[in-house]
Amino acid sequence: MSLGRSALLWTAVVLVLLGGLHTAWRHFVHQVPLLPGSQETYWDLEARVEMEAKGVPVKVRLAIPQSQPGFLMGSEHTASPGFGVSFVEGDQRFVEWSIRSALGKQWLYYRVQFKFDARQQVAAVGVAPGLLVSTWSLPLQAAAGQVLRRAWQESADPFSLAKALAEQLGDRRNQNGRLLVSEMTAAEAMVNLLNDAKVPARVLYGLALEDGRRRQALQQLVQVFDGANWQLFALGTGANAGMNVTGKDYLLWQQEAGPILEVLGAEGSGVSFSMLATHEPASSSVDALEIKDALLSLSIHSLPISEQTMFKTLLLLPLGALVIVVLRVFVGLKTSGTFMPLLIALAFLEMSLVAGLITFLLLVGAGLVLRQLLAYLNLLLVARVAAVIVCVVGLIALFAVVSFHTGISDGMKVTLFPMIILAWTIERMSILWEEEGALEVFKQGGGSLVTATVAFLLMDIYEVRYWMFNFLGLQLVVLALILVVGSYTGYRLLELWRFSPLADQPLNKE
Amino acid sequence: MLGLFKVLGWLRVHFVSPARLRELGVLGLNERNVACISAHNPRRSFPSVDDKLQTKLLAQDYGIATPALLGVIRHQAEIVRFERHLPAGGGFVIKPAEGSGGKGILVIQGVFDGCYLKSSGELISRQAVQHHLSNLISGLYSLGGQPDAAIIERLIQSSSDFTDFSFEGVPDIRVIVYHGYPVMAMMRLSTRASDGKANLHQGAIGVGIDLTLGTAIQAVQHDRPILLHPDTGSDLHKLRIENWQHLLELSARCYDMTGLGYLGADLVVDAELGPLLLELNARPGLAIQMANGLGLKSRLKLIDQHRAKLKGPAEPYKERVSLAQGLFTMQVCSAPPANVE
Repeated sequence: MSLGRSALLWTAVVLVLLGGLHTAWRHFVHQVPLLPGSQETYWDLEARVEMEAKGVPVKVRLAIPQSQPGFLMGSEHTASPGFGVSFVEGDQRFVEWSIRSALGKQWLYYRVQFKFDARQQVAAVGVAPGLLVSTWSLPLQAAAGQVLRRAWQESADPFSLAKALAEQLGDRRNQNGRLLVSEMTAAEAMVNLLNDAKVPARVLYGLALEDGRRRQALQQLVQVFDGANWQLFALGTGANAGMNVTGKDYLLWQQEAGPILEVLGAEGSGVSFSMLATHEPASSSVDALEIKDALLSLSIHSLPISEQTMFKTLLLLPLGALVIVVLRVFVGLKTSGTFMPLLIALAFLEMSLVAGLITFLLLVGAGLVLRQLLAYLNLLLVARVAAVIVCVVGLIALFAVVSFHTGISDGMKVTLFPMIILAWTIERMSILWEEEGALEVFKQGGGSLVTATVAFLLMDIYEVRYWMFNFLGLQLVVLALILVVGSYTGYRLLELWRFSPLADQPLNKE
Repeated sequence: MLGLFKVLGWLRVHFVSPARLRELGVLGLNERNVACISAHNPRRSFPSVDDKLQTKLLAQDYGIATPALLGVIRHQAEIVRFERHLPAGGGFVIKPAEGSGGKGILVIQGVFDGCYLKSSGELISRQAVQHHLSNLISGLYSLGGQPDAAIIERLIQSSSDFTDFSFEGVPDIRVIVYHGYPVMAMMRLSTRASDGKANLHQGAIGVGIDLTLGTAIQAVQHDRPILLHPDTGSDLHKLRIENWQHLLELSARCYDMTGLGYLGADLVVDAELGPLLLELNARPGLAIQMANGLGLKSRLKLIDQHRAKLKGPAEPYKERVSLAQGLFTMQVCSAPPANVE
C-alpha cells in the first residue's frame, strides 16, 4: 500500500513539475503573458489609388504613415501590377510607383498593419513649423479677434487655447465661429487663429478609425505645438469634435504638411481608404513567429483556426472531469451517469447558465412525460430509447423554433445538448422513478445539475479558458490533481452527515 | 456573529467530525473502494458473484443451499413462453442475473386467473410481466447495460419467526465476511416504505445482529435509529435468529467458494428449507455500520492482526466463525440487556 502511495505521489510531483516547467517555458521563452488581460487591437489599413493612365510614363507618389503616439507600425506591403515600387524614408515617408507606359484605369494598393499601443511608446514630439502671418479678409478680422479673445481668456496654455478655439469653431450657435468656417475649413481657421496667438500649428491629414469602413477619405486634423511637444485636435461636429485625439481614434497619415498623393502622367486620380480592426490575445503575434518549433512547444496556435476553436473546448474537458472527481470523492454527490454532468456543462458553455438549466429541465421533464406514454406500447428497450431520441430531437426543434419567434436567441442553441445521453438519462430516470420513487430521481437529477453547474462555473472563467488553451503544461497539473484526489481514502462530506448517529455511541475500547 | 454560532451548532448536531469517525473505526466509501474492494477482491473473481446464475451453480458445487432455480430466460423470443418455467402453485421471483442494488427484481406471490399478484398486493397483467422480462433481457438493470438473462426462482416462504418483524417481504441477513471471517451482520426487514423489498436505501430497516447470540443490537431506518417496526409495531430489540451458528458458517464458506477477501453474503431462512444463500456481493455497502452502531475498520484490523500471526494452512470455516465470535463479543457493550430469554 505505502509503496503504491509513494509511487503515486512521486508521479504527481513529476507531473506537476513537468507542467510547471512547460508553463514557465511558455511564459519566459515564448513570452506568453500569464494573464489574458492584454488583448491587442490591430488595425489593417488599405489605401487604394485610382487613376486613368494615358499611355505615357506614370509616376505616383503617396504619403504613407509611420509609428506614432498610440500606434505601432507592423508589416506593410503594396500591390501594383506592372509598376515599379520604392519606399522613400525620411521625416515623411512615401511610396513611389512608376511605370514606363500604362493605359486605362489603374489601381494601386498600399496595405499596412498598425498595433494599438495604449502605453504610447512613441512620444508626441516633433519640430514645430514656423509661424505664418494670417491674412484675414476684413469682415472676418473682427470675428477672428473676438473668437481668439474669448478663447484666450478661457485658457492657460497652447493646448487649452486650442481646445477652447476648437469648441467655438464647432459650436453652431456661435456667430463668429460660423462666419470663420464659411470661408475656409475649420482646421485652417484654427491654425490661422493659433498663429495669431503665436502658437505654432499646422493641418495634417489623418484617418478616423472605424471598424469595417470602406472608401473613406482622410480628415483634416490640427497639430498644435507647445515647444517640441504636440497634440492633435479633431474638428467638426462629431463626438470627438474639439477634443485632444492624440493616439486615440485617429491615425495620422502624414507627419509633415504636404500633399498626400502626387500623380504625373495620369488624370482623374484619387485615393480612398478602408480599414478593419481585429482583436487578438497578446500571445498570437508571438505564436505567429514560432511555427518553426511548433512541435517542440506543443502550441495549439500552430494549427489552423478551425481546429483551434475545437481545441478551445476540448482542452477544458480535463477540468470538468476534475470537478466531477472532486465532487464524487470529497462530497459524495449522487449523479445519474458518472460523466453525464460534464456533457451538460459543455452544453451550458455554449448557452448561458440560466437558459441551459431551464432548457435542460424542460427537455427532461417533457421527455419523462413522453417516455410514460411510450411505456404503454410495451416496446423493446433499444427501440424505446431510440423513440425517446426522436422525441428529444423533435422537442429540440420545437424549442428552437419557439425561442426564435419569441426572440430568445439562447433557445436556438439547444441543439448542443448531447441528445443520446439525454435520451438515456430520461430512460434511467423514468425507471428510477418507478422503482425507487420520485425522491431518488430528484436526488440524482439535482446532484447532476449541481455538478454540471459547478463544472460550468469553473470552465466559464475567462482566465481559466485562457490558461488551459495557452499553457498545455497545465493539463499535466490537472492530471496530477486527479491522481491525488483519486487516492483520497478519507470520509466524504455527506458521510459525515450519514454516520453522525454513530458518534453518540460510546467508544468500544476498554 | 449569532448566525455563525447557530450554523456551528447546526453543524455539530447534524454532522460528525472526521476525527471522531476515525476514532470509532468507521469505514468510508472511498476507503472501502480502495482498501477493501481493490486490495482484497481479485478482479477475476467478480463474475462469480456479479452473475447470480454463476453464484448459484458454484454454490451447488460447494453444497450450499440456494433457492430453487425454476428457469432461465436469455432471449426475447422465449419470453412468450415464460409460463412453462413457473411452478404449479405458489410464488416465484424474477431477477436479472447481473443486476445490482436489488434493481429489477419482481416478486410474484401467486397467479390468479391470468393475473399476477405482486408482494405489495397489486395485481399486474401477464403483459406487464412480459414487458418486465423484455426490459431485463435488454440490459436495463445490468451493471454495464449489457444484455442480461432473467432468472426465475421459487419464492422463499418466510420463516414464521419473522412475520411480526417484516412487512410483506422476506427479511434477509447480510453478513460481511473478511477473508473468511464473519465480521459484522445485520438483518434487513422490509417495510411499507420499501415496497416489501429489503433494500435499506428504499426505507427497509437494518437490525444489527450480535455475532455470538444472533440477537438484535439496534435498528436503523434511513440510517437513523428506530425502536419499533413502523408497520407491524413490534419491538425490534426482541428480534432473535434461530440456527444462527449455521447461518454464520454458511456465510464463512462463501469465502472458500469465491476467494473474495471482502464479501457481503445475503442469506435467508426459508420456512421449509432452512438457511439458504440468496446472493453474494463483492461491493457490500456500509449501512451495516449504522445498524450495528459500530465501525467496521477496527474489526477488519483485528482480523488482519490475527491473520498476520497465522502460519500454515488457512483455518477451516468452523474455527474462523468461532474465532470471530470470540474476538467480537467483547467489543459489544452497547447491546441492550433485554431479549435474553
